[in-house]
Amino acid sequence: MAELKKTGTIYGINGPVIYLEGDPGFQMNEMVYVGEENLIGEVIGLTSDRTTIQVYEETSGLRPGQQVVGSGAPVSVTLAPGILDNIFDGIERPLSEIAKSGGPYISRGVNVSSLDMEKKWPTHMTVKKGDHLYPGAIIAEVPETRAIVHKVMIPPDLEGEVVNVAEDGEYTITEPILTLRLPSGEEKTLTMIQKWPIRVPRPTAKRFPATQPLVTGQRILDTLFPLAKGGTAAVPGGFGTGKTMTQHQIAKWSDADIIIYIGCGERGNEMTQVLEEFTHLVDPKSGNPLMDRTTLIANTSNMPVAAREASLYSGLTLAEYYRDMGYHVAIMADSTSRWAEALRELSGRLEEMPAEEGFPAYLASRLSAFYERAGMMQNLNGTEGSVSIIGAVSPQGGDFSEPVTQNTKRFVRCFWGLDKSLAYARHFPAINWLTSYSEYLTDLAPWYMDHVDKRFVDYRNRIVYLLTQESSLMEIVKLIGADVLPDDQKLILEIAKVIRVGFLQQNAFHKDDTCVPMEKQFKMMEVILYLYRKSRSLISMGMPMSVLKEDKIYDKIISIKYDVPNDRLDLFDDYRKQIDDFYDAVVERNA
Amino acid sequence: MAIEYLGLSGINGPLVVLEGLQGAAYDEIVEMTVNGAQHKLGRIIEIYRDKAVIQVFEGTEGMALRNTHTRLTGHPMEIAVSEEMLGRTFNGIGQPIDGLGEISSETRLDVNGKPLNPVTREYPRNYIRTGISAIDGLTTLIRGQKLPIFSGNGLPHDQLAAQIVQQASLGDNSDEQFAIVFAAMGVKYDVADFFRRTFEESGVSDHVAMFINLANDPVVERLITPKVALTVAEYLAFEKGMHILVILTDMTSFAEAMREVSSSKGEIPSRKGFPGYLYSELAALYERAGIVAGRPGSVTQIPILTMPNDDITHPIPDLTGYITEGQIVLDRDLQGQSIYPPINVLPSLSRLMKDGIGKGYTREDHQDVANQLFSCYAKVGDARALASVIGEDELSPTDKLYLAFGKEFEHRFIGQDIHDNRNILKTLDIGWKLLGMFPREELDRIDTKILDQYYKPSEVAEDGSLILEDEDALDS
Repeated sequence: MAELKKTGTIYGINGPVIYLEGDPGFQMNEMVYVGEENLIGEVIGLTSDRTTIQVYEETSGLRPGQQVVGSGAPVSVTLAPGILDNIFDGIERPLSEIAKSGGPYISRGVNVSSLDMEKKWPTHMTVKKGDHLYPGAIIAEVPETRAIVHKVMIPPDLEGEVVNVAEDGEYTITEPILTLRLPSGEEKTLTMIQKWPIRVPRPTAKRFPATQPLVTGQRILDTLFPLAKGGTAAVPGGFGTGKTMTQHQIAKWSDADIIIYIGCGERGNEMTQVLEEFTHLVDPKSGNPLMDRTTLIANTSNMPVAAREASLYSGLTLAEYYRDMGYHVAIMADSTSRWAEALRELSGRLEEMPAEEGFPAYLASRLSAFYERAGMMQNLNGTEGSVSIIGAVSPQGGDFSEPVTQNTKRFVRCFWGLDKSLAYARHFPAINWLTSYSEYLTDLAPWYMDHVDKRFVDYRNRIVYLLTQESSLMEIVKLIGADVLPDDQKLILEIAKVIRVGFLQQNAFHKDDTCVPMEKQFKMMEVILYLYRKSRSLISMGMPMSVLKEDKIYDKIISIKYDVPNDRLDLFDDYRKQIDDFYDAVVERNA
Repeated sequence: MAIEYLGLSGINGPLVVLEGLQGAAYDEIVEMTVNGAQHKLGRIIEIYRDKAVIQVFEGTEGMALRNTHTRLTGHPMEIAVSEEMLGRTFNGIGQPIDGLGEISSETRLDVNGKPLNPVTREYPRNYIRTGISAIDGLTTLIRGQKLPIFSGNGLPHDQLAAQIVQQASLGDNSDEQFAIVFAAMGVKYDVADFFRRTFEESGVSDHVAMFINLANDPVVERLITPKVALTVAEYLAFEKGMHILVILTDMTSFAEAMREVSSSKGEIPSRKGFPGYLYSELAALYERAGIVAGRPGSVTQIPILTMPNDDITHPIPDLTGYITEGQIVLDRDLQGQSIYPPINVLPSLSRLMKDGIGKGYTREDHQDVANQLFSCYAKVGDARALASVIGEDELSPTDKLYLAFGKEFEHRFIGQDIHDNRNILKTLDIGWKLLGMFPREELDRIDTKILDQYYKPSEVAEDGSLILEDEDALDS
């Protein structure tokens, strides 16, 4: 570029925040290169006598007087084939490339390009000369992985007539594939690459209401508290309650096309585990490794704090890009509390006035802006896609009244509250069925009726009702013991146990139980409710609960989850028969 | 010869302010001479133009605005590392205090370390046998893990850590090269001495590098102690191929030192006066545990922290739990019943356990036994709560069974002698004996095949206690 780069001079350093003399002419949110090592930073404050910059890398060794060079553009991600089956840091630098150049540790100022510029992709052009293209139009298809076809689009801010188009063939992402004549008459040559600023949502044409569930194969989620495609969910829980496990399960088994997994301020070993596991695990739908549809963003807890704040936005922008191609994308953000704490840390360094518990006053607006980027959309190019966000929250001391949990609750419509006492009893997933909720239930009811069974929602409500009754009965049991309850209430306790152990508890390490199809979930509910109906009719004949419990039928129903393989749903008829036999046997013996 | 700056422009607690500096870098180490005699080290923690805020490791006692000479070193905190550090004792900033002379080594490393790239980590899978049933059986320690002990004042966390060190370094674990890096931050003299004696008595002291910052040593010094210790650990593990066990005690003093400095600096506090970056700072330490793919060594961390007022939701244990891969929680009630080690297994957890146990590692029934024991013991709590309201006699037979199980579990499984080194098979056998107190239908967490193979009803005495016909046979 002929234009001279703008530069500034450092005068103050405080952790990841640095101050420059005067106003070198940078824009807000511009990406800058700091010091001799060219550390990456972002402009976060401008006054006429002081420019404030947050640095995405460790700042030790920086000196006053060193130069800061502007890049002229806001912090952006590079969008092109090569994003999937990859692991990036918080500002989209590929960690495997960093490892190649810098060894096992992440060193500073590494200059690697986000995506592989050398790789030749087999490209199929889908437009021809003379076509008039509108913003976001798909111009080419590239098989990015075995599972996903990458659709190359023109940027959302361009339109025009195709004057030249490349032949089908193998191209790198930097080679020109299309020339467009803009309405201004200017001709513009395009490659597969787009850049998009991470803090700006990519434009869409229209927002749809939620009508399809994100099927996860997890019974308590799909049946009790479903999440819609394009919806938002929060998974709050103290340490050890299984936030990460829940996110892993959804990332593995949900029916989203693409998963963006953001490890924000979490453990290094966990990211390694995801990487190892997802490379080996096979997606049941496509038969390809899970990594083929996954991108990992890792900013572990010991990596610089400013990049942690950016990592969520980078992941979100990648997700929106795939949504624009017409895919259903699910984002796992583990954990949004670390992101909020990064905000707090930077805010503290900037000496801003704190609000609740030291968090900045803009915490709520940042959270809402983040979650509102989810949605089921009609894209500019006419395709439909969605971004669903599942955010883990790590409340301080496991106390849900803290600011991050409370503010998150205001902006998500699905709340899967993890419970410490369930986790202590190793009841997993430790999602508390009394405090959790999903506002999508009524939106999704028609889908369940059409695609699973028309009695589905009715059964689901009965199951929830039984669990609620159990919880109020347990209040009494805690005071006087279970023996004094009348038999019909004892039956509720027994059936609720069957629901808890046989239905809600799910074993992530069992080959059948780890992911359960909707039909089996429905059949399981049906058979449990059938057992309840038959038992209740025995109780009403005056049979005591102790007689009913002599039969092993309750334990048999509990182990359906292990004993009935996911592809042998015909076996359920047999269980129905066993319940009938049990009924007849009890009647006969005691008549 | 570098420029020396004479005098200071301000002193506030452990921090000093110096003006007129040329070319000072953020995080650089400075050397200070007080009255021409006393040498101190400091670290630049904030710079504005030519003015720097310096944190003095040895404390600011004796410093005046005029009597101090300061010299920039041009580099961040570094220490010389070598294999000869094993068997030696150092102060909190890595200077030898055992009178055996300086460590001479060409290799000098930045103590701040660098984050390990997740791509180059190897997921830890090999379990470390500690010989303690509650740990091996229920919260298995894995090589390359960070597993803290959450304790309280007056609980035997030191004994437990010492027992882990002794037993983990003995027997079938004493393969390859095993060494211990011990870092004490603000501990009492007696505690440091207890560890020193234990290492000597068990004959491992040649394999221990000790970094000692006692309770009456300068507070700021302990901010650097764990970093120095972990730098040595990383060097020995990843450069020299050793398996390093790092004991960090007491993390509470470390965090409190950070609060002290932060408040002197006038920073905005977040929770309980701790600075907003407490999480990042703790993470920078804990995340230095692990295994690098393709290299032989490993760094395993056992940080010890005392929970203020036994409160697990206090910021220090709380943030620690979010970073570490589980925790071992000690409990005052069990201690009151003279059960050693008083590990409360319910809140205790090892996140890496699931991949390091089972067939090929320990035994195929391990995970199921652990789950069932957790689940049964959780019910014991409910039964006890009920018994305290309606009395034990009024309990249902099942609840009575759980009460009996709870007692036996605490005494026979959790409780063991301080010198008892149980192997994993024995731990699992005790587990099965205890589970044998229940009818088979109560065991809902165990796979049917495993139940068929291992489940056997145990004999139970009149009072509900377990009869072990051949108690000695178990010990073999």
